[in-house]
Amino acid sequence: MLTARNLSKRFGAKRVFQRVDVQLDGGQLLLVTGPNGSGKTTLLRVLAGLAAPTSGELTLPDRSLIGYLGHEPLVYRELTPLENLQLFARLYRVPEGAERIGMLLERFGLWEERHQRVGTFSRGMQQRLGLCRVLLHDPQLVILDEPFNALDAAGADLLDGTLEELSERALVIATHDPGRVERFVTSRLAFG
Amino acid sequence: MTAIRLPQLAAAATVLLGTSIALIFFYAPTDADQGLSQRIFYFHVPIALTAYACFAWGAWKALLYLWKRPEAADLESYVAIHQGVIFGSLTLLTGSLWAKISWGVWWAWSDNQLVLFLVLFLFYSAYFMLRYSVDPGPARANMSAVYALFGVVLIPVSFLAIRLSRSFIHPVVFTSNGPQMTGSQFLVFCVALAGMLTLFATFYQLELAGKRLDADLKELRELLA
Amino acid sequence: MNYVTDVAALARKDLLLELRAKETVPAMLLFVLSTLTIFHFALPHGASHVAALGLLWVALVFTALLGLTRAFVPEREQGLMDALVLAPCDRSAIWLGKVLAVLAFLALAEVVALPAFAVFFSGIDGRTVGAVALADVGIATVGTLTGAMAVAGRARELILPLLFLPLAIPVVVGGVGASAGAGGRYLGFLVLYDAVFGLLAWAAFEYVVSET
Repeated sequence: MLTARNLSKRFGAKRVFQRVDVQLDGGQLLLVTGPNGSGKTTLLRVLAGLAAPTSGELTLPDRSLIGYLGHEPLVYRELTPLENLQLFARLYRVPEGAERIGMLLERFGLWEERHQRVGTFSRGMQQRLGLCRVLLHDPQLVILDEPFNALDAAGADLLDGTLEELSERALVIATHDPGRVERFVTSRLAFG
Repeated sequence: MTAIRLPQLAAAATVLLGTSIALIFFYAPTDADQGLSQRIFYFHVPIALTAYACFAWGAWKALLYLWKRPEAADLESYVAIHQGVIFGSLTLLTGSLWAKISWGVWWAWSDNQLVLFLVLFLFYSAYFMLRYSVDPGPARANMSAVYALFGVVLIPVSFLAIRLSRSFIHPVVFTSNGPQMTGSQFLVFCVALAGMLTLFATFYQLELAGKRLDADLKELRELLA
Repeated sequence: MNYVTDVAALARKDLLLELRAKETVPAMLLFVLSTLTIFHFALPHGASHVAALGLLWVALVFTALLGLTRAFVPEREQGLMDALVLAPCDRSAIWLGKVLAVLAFLALAEVVALPAFAVFFSGIDGRTVGAVALADVGIATVGTLTGAMAVAGRARELILPLLFLPLAIPVVVGGVGASAGAGGRYLGFLVLYDAVFGLLAWAAFEYVVSET
């Protein structure tokens, strides 16, 4: 699924990381730990295909199979959850989009608010919507950057449950709170 | 270009430019209408043509960067365009001088070449603003390359626009095309052109070497830190 | 076919965002009316019709600049460009959707600006309207591309005019020439500009927004 060999990333003269190797297939979870500013986010962006590595080899699946959640939930605040997910369902060519959207909104407790502007949501709710967006197209490779950070307690439990279901996929998670995902971890990468 | 050594280039540039200056002042026939001042033409037009060459080379490196992604191409494109802006400024300067000497005005909108260079000067100056506003990395290299390509397309389009604008905005007062050149004039012109192009090549290699050294130094510092 | 629906969904998204926020178009309308008013005071008595037309085009270009500065704000302020770039759709669809939305904003501004000009100064003929329509396409295509560039860096509002205005000079030449009735070749020139730069922007957008 995902293969990275001798990956390095530099911004101008500043080295962010180097000599990173990753081999990830379905059913595996890569845990990335390290203090803030150590390069975790940059690595995850490279693994998602958003940033180009400075050197090294990287093999990624097709864009339609990757799901990425960054520090921002990446949803339009002026639109409603429904409009947001409809847009992404269209762009990802999700089959039976309406049903899938409904199912996800219900699962993450946002069905009641589906017609409200996302700007009125709490940070936790926005993060939950972000998770809906990530899972909408049933990705095979799921990359989550500090997913538990902005979530409220209810959201965190929902994410725990979802991770159970995602155990067949390839996962990369960066988090300060490894306890929550410890039981799924198959490989680690420590930064800083 | 990269295979040619810097000292050889510098020597060639010196020889050619020295020769052309000598030719311009001692060999080229004096123009019947404009006298001595017409000799600026031998500087102005080669400098202008060299500037075009700079922008074309920069655009070529930009295309290479987008197509094959060799990291060096970004720096090469940037340096070429930087040289282009320098030669472009010199074009504007010498053109303005020529206008003052020939027609008594510091600026002649009727000189298509000059107006085109003004537009290009504005455009490529914005190129530098763009580079300064984005952090170094693949994103900045990509955008610079795209903008450089836009520039090279803008050259003919702008020229067409300026010619079109002449007919209803500004009356045709002065003709600015170079004179019909005799044999000896053409020789001087060619030597001067060769000299300018070699000068560009020299400065290009010089600046490239300097920038690469800079980058290596920074990386070394980073490694040691 | 997928491409077309992608573009439609993205254009719809941009129009919906503007409908909710109601920021850009009202600002453009107010700006163009204020500018035309200023131009009345800037034109000396007895100024020709062509001079006034020239100022109309200045007003249009700067009003467009105002709209373009806002075009990518939702994507950059909320990091949404990442979400769009991640999607499997062609990146040029993002550009085309945005271009369609910008065209809509320009059209709305001009529906007010042109009659206002006719009332303040002197009449508008079909040639001018045609020239404005063609110019809009050029402005939208080039403006959207440079807008994406500007917004990737730091001084975004400052840098967009610098990137855009030199590219807009040919548009002004074509536009003023056409509205002044100097010949059909000015309209032809606008078509050439639209075709050449539109194609270039369409092909190049991918490189402006994604690294890989």
